[in-house]
This record gives sequence, structure tokens and C-alpha cells, in this order.
Amino acid sequence: MNAPLASSLLSRRHLLQGAAAALVVGFSADASLARTAAALPAPKSVAKDAVDSFLALHADGQVTIYVGKVDLGTGTKTALAQIAADELDVPFDRITMVMGDTATTPDQWLTGANLTIAQGGGELRRACATARHALVNRAAEQLGVPASDLQVAQGVIQSKTDAAKSVSYARLVQGGGTGLKVDGKAALKPASQFKVVGTSVPRVDIPAKVSGEFVYAQDFRLPGMLHARVVRPDAIGAKALVVDDRACRKLTGYVQTVREGQFIAVVCKNEWAAVKAARLLKVQWSAGAGLPDQATVMDYWREQKLAKQEVTQKVGDAPAALAASAKRIKATYEFAVQTHASLGPSCAVADFQDGQLTVWSPSQATHSMQTELAGITGIAEKNIRLLYLDGSGCYGRNGHEDATADAALLAKLLGKPVRVQWMRDDETARAPKSPPRLMDMDGAVDANGKLHAWSGDFYIALNHIAAFKPLDFPLLAATDLGQPKPGNWVGFLFQNSGAPYAVPNIVVNTRHIEQAFFRSSHLRSPGRIENSFANESFMDEMAALAGADPAQFRLAHLSDPRAVAVIRAAMKLASWETRSGTSADARKKGGVARGRGISYVRYNNATTYVAAVAEVEVDRRSGQVRVTRVCVGHDCGQIINPDGLANQIEGGVIQTVSRTLLEQVNWDRQKVTSVDWASYPILRFAQAPRVEVEMINTPGDVAWGAGEPTPTAVPAAVANAIYDATGARLRSIPITPEKVKAALATVKA
Amino acid sequence: MPQYQLTVNGKRRAVQADADTPLLYVLHDQLELNGPKFGCGLGQCGACTVHLDGQAARSCVLPVSQIGQKKITTLEGLGTSQAPSKIQQAFIDEQAAQCGYCTNGMIMTSAALLKSTPKPSLEQIQAALAGNLCRCGTHQRICKAVQRAAA
Repeated sequence: MNAPLASSLLSRRHLLQGAAAALVVGFSADASLARTAAALPAPKSVAKDAVDSFLALHADGQVTIYVGKVDLGTGTKTALAQIAADELDVPFDRITMVMGDTATTPDQWLTGANLTIAQGGGELRRACATARHALVNRAAEQLGVPASDLQVAQGVIQSKTDAAKSVSYARLVQGGGTGLKVDGKAALKPASQFKVVGTSVPRVDIPAKVSGEFVYAQDFRLPGMLHARVVRPDAIGAKALVVDDRACRKLTGYVQTVREGQFIAVVCKNEWAAVKAARLLKVQWSAGAGLPDQATVMDYWREQKLAKQEVTQKVGDAPAALAASAKRIKATYEFAVQTHASLGPSCAVADFQDGQLTVWSPSQATHSMQTELAGITGIAEKNIRLLYLDGSGCYGRNGHEDATADAALLAKLLGKPVRVQWMRDDETARAPKSPPRLMDMDGAVDANGKLHAWSGDFYIALNHIAAFKPLDFPLLAATDLGQPKPGNWVGFLFQNSGAPYAVPNIVVNTRHIEQAFFRSSHLRSPGRIENSFANESFMDEMAALAGADPAQFRLAHLSDPRAVAVIRAAMKLASWETRSGTSADARKKGGVARGRGISYVRYNNATTYVAAVAEVEVDRRSGQVRVTRVCVGHDCGQIINPDGLANQIEGGVIQTVSRTLLEQVNWDRQKVTSVDWASYPILRFAQAPRVEVEMINTPGDVAWGAGEPTPTAVPAAVANAIYDATGARLRSIPITPEKVKAALATVKA
Repeated sequence: MPQYQLTVNGKRRAVQADADTPLLYVLHDQLELNGPKFGCGLGQCGACTVHLDGQAARSCVLPVSQIGQKKITTLEGLGTSQAPSKIQQAFIDEQAAQCGYCTNGMIMTSAALLKSTPKPSLEQIQAALAGNLCRCGTHQRICKAVQRAAA
């Protein structure tokens, strides 16, 4: 049903007047690559309640879609275009996507938290539906037929009964905008009419990426562009006492050293000179502020000052039930400090001309970066434009925003276009980190082998948010300038702290630690991955306590049919054999032990369902763990692009196996010592598991996100598989050979 | 500043650069070839891989003064998005990328492998790519793409 639209009552003349301000001329996405700021597409409507902020229907039948969300390498440029193609009834290949340009796209909040498709795509879809309904009504008026007699295909509105009566979107808007307000209640197309959504449209960016034609932020160049390296201390919090650039001056191409407070950068005409100048610049640094002892950091973390405590789940009386229980166990879980470790160090290009700052940035938050950059550069937000260019995958707030701020500040100081390319150690050591985690669990089963009481106590870093913007986040440039920025921007770490199972007595508490010792930010599935590691490992321990099969034990405490379905899907893929106790290998000694473990997570306890079965080989002598196969059952509602979804699930598994087995940031009392791929190793080809995926589609349902859910299920599935193989519980991520050997030594013969 | 005559993707290119300039910077910044990528500058990740006389080499740690007469091939030299080579087409067909930043190295290393070993086993593919890192976790698709190109 077409909801009555206020806008359809407006006169055509009025509409065109409204559209004049948003007049759009046809251009391709490559326009964001214009080599001067003046040649960029003109600013246009970006208000979130205006249809023209999201789309432009060009005279030649082409369509431009504008979204504030960006494609971080996950395929959302393609998926969002699919959503728009169906909701507008235009051919997919006539759509050009513009993402994350602050002057032409609406602020849809940062790209993260698994929200690009559900929230970003949902907003886009409503804008498209509003446009389609209004234009059909306008066509009805023009063609003199009832709107109910009209259908839309390929961007042309046509009478169902008289093919001669037709008019294209392009003709209706005549090169102008629609002038419409987004109608939140505009009827959305039923899934049965989807033609593009639900199909594996190949990603639009891959052909250019396999041929070197794609322009990443690292590849963007402006005429007369200078190359800079920001010189920062290894010791965190160290101050520059003396800066001496005499050695740099001998370099061909050296321009100058910039110093503003503690912000120090070398600027050169070519990149290699900048790399060498950064090495040649002599800086005498003070000692750093000091770091806690890594060996005892979890004790340190437990003792830190709390900003607040919050109970996230309460059912019955868990403390009393636990106290009265005979079959009760406690366990503490840890998750190490990790980092995004993007393959390509962050890079940004900025230009400051005529009072306007333009920044080409791979930031996942270009809109809120306007505010952050205003604070750092002193330039008014309205005079700052960020244009998104793909960087290397970031998986959260990595160094992209820091490099963006570095480039912006230098452009402002120099009045010339500047490119800042971070080096490997900048990205691995100096980019923000995920904070450490501690999780205390306590639980009991009753005489019938059912969960009776469940208690979780989670030590999480406080998330500093103001109006959902990271305004207190200490970007390095801000800190260098002496701007006090005391915050963490770590994401919603309480999510998935609650137990997803039916238990008569539950209490889950979160302790929000005021300050982390590293600059801390969100890393893929923040909070959910750590909490789910604890919850799903502990669920396995409870199953063992009850003498139950870990998969059946989960099913026995779940009633949601979609939860049951993903678990059964993973079990089926893995040919799960119901068992009680550990595998036969666990009763042997020596050699390689094989086992399998399961875990189940519903993302945020509210959206996507995922279950994973991991298969492992544990070498008892070396303590080496190899994850050989992971089977995933997945239900994120309406699937937009099945192959794109599979790609996300596979990547989520493999990246998280890396985090589970290998990854931890190391440091001494002054500095981070994980600086490159030798000191922060990640998974290599021979270590990557085979991933098998069963995707359950629920057409017509909300399309939930799929980037973050799978990783949440992986660490516990691996740890539980190691238990199955050996009888040893691994409660600390990463699961290193040393920890495995220590745990094996505690297993009773 | 010394001048060098390089052969890049079949064309003679004259460049001026300090002798210690890594080939990557000459290709990426002077010749504006975007295929080879800066990942580490340490020869650890493979993102900068090019071919020297058909052999995979790490351009980030290779001084331009040591190239001599060797023929340089970059990702752009294999094919274009409109006319991709077999290995590039296989990466498209398998959708073997997420962010795609490592893709240059994956394709260049695999292309060199397929020249010497036209029908590699999975183990041979994994061994050839052992020094190439992918952060997004696209390993399975990359292996499938190489197998497809070999078929």
C-alpha cells in the first residue's frame, strides 16, 4: 500500500523550487578523486530527512546514491547499491555510489557496530521507497491514470494496461531533485519482488582492485603535494626536549621540519626523502609516562579505578542460588590487548586553500572527523570537508583517524597539499589498541543437569561518548598539541555480557574502568568477542559439569527456533557426534590430539544468530594448536548478497582464529614492543582453517549485519575444541603454545 | 641525483632517484603505478610484490640501483579490469578480496608460481604464499582463485 505522502500534495512548481538548491549534475564516483578541491562535486543537501540527500536521478537515466556509510572492504558499496536498485526499481548497473563525502552524503553515524546494512541500508531504503511512491503519484497525475495502474521497471513508470503511457524518473525530475522529505512509513517493497537483493552480484570494486586501477587513500595524489612523516617517540608520553634537523638538510628534496607543541613532522618533496628525513631527524626525548608490567597486567586491570558499575542482566537470585548449590564451578577468563594491525599503514592527503580544509581520508567516521579536526586545526567544521577513499581494512578505529588528523594539521600549517603515510611501526605500535579484559564466571547446575545459576562479572574499559561522537578521543595530533583528551572510544563493551540461555537465576555485572593505559578504541566485535569467549567457554564448562553433550546442552537451554536452527546447521555441517565427556584422544598421552568444540552467539543478544563448530589438532609436545576446520551456521535475516555474506563469514573466522591463537600486543615499561609483523605475527596461509558456511535466509526480515557476529563465536569454539581434544581448559586469549603446555600439565591423568 | 633506465611493463622509463630509493617508491610515487603497495617496508608482508624477469620480488626493500637491466612487471602489466589476465580473472570470479590491499602481492606471487608450477597443489600454493599476509582473512578464496587460474 502506498502511504499518503505529504509531498505528493505539493505542486510541481513548488517541488522544482525545492529541488533547485539540490540541483545535481551527472558525475561518477571518480569525481571524489578530482586533483583539486575546486574540481570536486559541489556541496548538496545532506540533511538526513531529505530524499535528495540520499539519491539523485539524472537526466540520462543514471542514478547516484549518497550514503554516509563507507565500504571498509566488506562489500557494502555493492550491497547498498543492491538495496537501492530494488527499492527504486532501477538497473543495478546504472547506480553510482558516493560514500562518506561530508559535503554530499548524509551523516549516518560512523561505519561500525555491525550497522551498515541494517541502519545505513534501512535509511537508504526508506529514502528510495519515498522517492518511488512520490514519483509514481506524480506520474499518475501527469499520465492521467490512477497510481494503482502504474508499475516501475528499469527507472520507467508505466501503465500496466497501456504501455504507451509511461514516463521515466529522469523526465519527472527534469534534472532536479525530488524535493521530498523522507517518509519513515513509506511502504517498502516486499521481499517477493526483490530482483537484485538476495543475489550474489559481484562486488563492484574488485575488478579495479585486481588490476591496480583502484585508487586507495595511499594512491591519491594532488599537484604539488608534499610528503610528510610525523616523528613520534617510542616511549608513550615522552616529550621532545631537543629537535635537530641539521642532518636532514643534506637530503635532496627536504623542505622543512614542522614543530607545533609536541607535534613534529618532516616535510619533503618526495616520499623516500621523507622516510629518510624522519630517520635522520635527531630528537632528544624525555622518559615516557610509564606502563604497567605486562606480566601482571590482569591483576593491574582488576585493581583499576571504576567509573561505574552496571548490572546488565538479572533474573531470580543468583547469589543465593549459587551459595545453595552443590554442583558449582568458577572460572576466570582473559583476553589480551590486541590491535587492528591493518595490512597497509594508514594514509591521508589534505589541502588547505582559501580557508577551506579538504581531506581525502580512509576514516570510517568522516562526518564526526569534521568535529575532531575542527578541534585540532582551529578551522570551523563547516569549512572542513572529508572525502572517503578506501584504505587498508581497519576493523575498527585503527590509525586512519590519526593519519587524517596529521595530514589535516600539516596542510593547515603549511598551506600546501600534504600526504601523510604512516610507517609499519606507526600502525602496529602507535595506533589505538583494544583494552585488556577480565571476566569472572560462577555457575551451578541442578540435580537434573540443567543450568540453575549463572553469574558474570566483567572488567571492561569505560566508553567515553558524547552525543555518540568520539569527542574525547585522544587523536595523537590533539595530544601533541596539548589538547586534553582523556577518553577511550572502545565501543559498547557491555554488549553480549548477558547469558543467552534460559537460567532461573542470573546476575551479570559490568565494571567500567575509567582509564586504560593505552589509547583504546574499538576492534572488531568490541566487547561481544570477549564476553562471548567467557560466556561460551563457561557454557562448555557447565555442560561438562552436567555430564552433557555441549551442543545438546545449549539446545536444552534455548527456545528461540532461529537460535536452534543455526546450532543445528553448524552441527550438521560438522557431522557433530553427540557425546558426553571429552574425545577419545583426551584420554591418550603424547602425539597430536584432535577435538571439536561448539559455541553459539546472538549478536548483542538481539540481532544476528551464529553458531560455530571448530576442529583442532593439538600437538601435546610443542603445545601448538592448529584449527583445521570451522563450520558456521548463520542467520542475519534477509540476505542481501549471499556470496558477499559468505566472504564476511569466512574472513571473520580466519581473522579471529588469528586473534585466538597468535595475537597480543607486547610492551615494556615504556613502549609498545609489537612494531611489525615479526613482533605482532598474524595467521599465515598454512595455518588458515577450512571454513564451511550454512547461511539461513529469512526473506522479508530485517537485514542484520554480518561483519561482527561470526568473530564472537570463534574463540570459545576453539578453546572448547582444545578441551575436547585434551581435557585442558584454555581460558586466556591468545591460546599460545606455552599456555597450552601449562594447561596440559594440570590435566589429571 | 642518479638517473636510471628501467623497463617497466614493457616500456622504457627514465627515472631520477637516490641510489638507495626502494623500487616501490620509484614505481608508486614517480611512475604513479598503484598496483604495488606499501605494507611494511621490511619485506615481511608481500603487498609490494613485483616481478623482476618473471620472479616475484619485494620492491619495498630493493634499491633502484640494483635493478640493472632486469625487466620489471607490476600488477598493471598483467592486465586491466577490462582485459584481465587469467589470474586476475580468477580473483574476480572467486571474489577473492575484501579490502584488497594485499591483492597485488597475492596475484603477483601466484602468477610467478604458476609460471614455474602450472598445476600447483594446495600445499604448494600455501607454501608459495607463506610470506604474503592477508589481514581480512580471505585466504580460502585466494587459494581457490589460484587453483581456478591453474585449471
